[in-house]
Amino acid sequence: MYDKSVRRRRVALALLVACSLLLLTAYFGESQGGGLHSVQRGVLQVVSPIQEGASRALKPVRDLFGWFGDTINAKGEVSGLKKQNAVLRRAAIAGTDAVRMNAELQKLVGLDQSAGLQGTKPVAARVIGGSPTIWNSTINIDVGTGDGVRVGQPAITGDGLVGEVTFAASDSAVVTLITDSSSAVPSRISRTGAPGIVQTGAGGPRDLRFNWPSGTGRIDRGMAVVTAGTTSSSDKYESLYPPGIPVGVVTGVDDAGTDTQQVHVDPYADMQRLEFVQVLTRRVNGNRG
Amino acid sequence: MTADVRSLSWRLAVLGIVAVLVQIAAISQLKLFGANADITPLVVAAAGLLAGSLPGAAFGFAVGLFLDLALVQTVGMSSLIFLTIGYGAGRLRELRDPQGAVVPIVVGVAATVVAQLGFALMQFLLGHDVPMDIDLIWQIVLTVGINAVIAFPVYSLVRRWLLPALPEDPRRRRRRAYTTGGLSPLSRA
Repeated sequence: MYDKSVRRRRVALALLVACSLLLLTAYFGESQGGGLHSVQRGVLQVVSPIQEGASRALKPVRDLFGWFGDTINAKGEVSGLKKQNAVLRRAAIAGTDAVRMNAELQKLVGLDQSAGLQGTKPVAARVIGGSPTIWNSTINIDVGTGDGVRVGQPAITGDGLVGEVTFAASDSAVVTLITDSSSAVPSRISRTGAPGIVQTGAGGPRDLRFNWPSGTGRIDRGMAVVTAGTTSSSDKYESLYPPGIPVGVVTGVDDAGTDTQQVHVDPYADMQRLEFVQVLTRRVNGNRG
Repeated sequence: MTADVRSLSWRLAVLGIVAVLVQIAAISQLKLFGANADITPLVVAAAGLLAGSLPGAAFGFAVGLFLDLALVQTVGMSSLIFLTIGYGAGRLRELRDPQGAVVPIVVGVAATVVAQLGFALMQFLLGHDVPMDIDLIWQIVLTVGINAVIAFPVYSLVRRWLLPALPEDPRRRRRRAYTTGGLSPLSRA
């Protein structure tokens, strides 16, 4: 009797492990339109309205936690913000001149003022869920293919770039954040134009890296990093992101000026507390500047 | 299938669905110092500890599968990790039957550590970058710490929900025998 129950337990365990490994292998082997992906799409469609309801119902609790977190963080941020304020004040003075020049240049080349992000047909979305692990930085949003959302479209907030749509069902979608280890955003330093790729590893949500910077000019703390857009003339190499979307600010440079220099970037968008995002559903001029 | 097994099955199913939905819709968005609680390994460990290794493993597999499907993650990854947690917690109960008040907390912490390291290992095996920098270790430590705080309340809730469907608990039986001599007709489970 004892032997029988032990055998049964072991067989059941072996079956469950085998099922898991089988699912893993099958999922990796199939395309986006495969069976398991379709099941995921179906589950997402069923679960997203429930998620949305739960997300709305639990908003007061989230706000309460946010208030505690803000209060604790506020003290530490004051001195940093004072320094940042001084830097930004100088930048604002320079910026006023730049805006005037920009307006004149735009008039000069006959560009439509409204052909910025408005032309990209942004769709507003509510964040209805998020990954619990630090290994996957993803959020679920309440818009999908029915609203024009497709895989590969960028998501932004009022502060800056958030990520890219990596999965879309009819009325919900998954956005992989720029803080995910799989993300890579072609970017440039706003002031100098030096191009590079913004990436991160798991576990460093506020510490992105601006990798492989090239071009002239040194990179200093406080410089803004924006998306580069498509730089190639070939349609094969179109960037997912329109040019000029703020990505983050340079917070430090290790081994500056060397081949191994590490440029640290703090994202503008607060990935920890996303409530609404916009998905840019239309690509204008192949995302070229 | 007996009535007890049926009752336990549907209670575990409801528990799994609610736990995953609450986790992804609410708890994942409540950040404390950049980390958040993860109740899924706690719930799986608690279920294993209360129901045994086989139900624990099956429950862990199902919770992992639902999590992977709802979050559009690599299907099978969480299943493998959570079935290990459920089975391990169940075997602990079957072999040792630990009775200290801190057992749910220790098991919860162990389950969280296994989940975190398990995900790291799986990411590594699947060819993703896993840079073990200080931020990452700090986040793992924070998550384990937060889970240690909530492990006992989570265990209590799971126990309360599963209790009507569980077979006679040897611990309660012993306690009753000790306090009443096992003779009083007034003694209750």
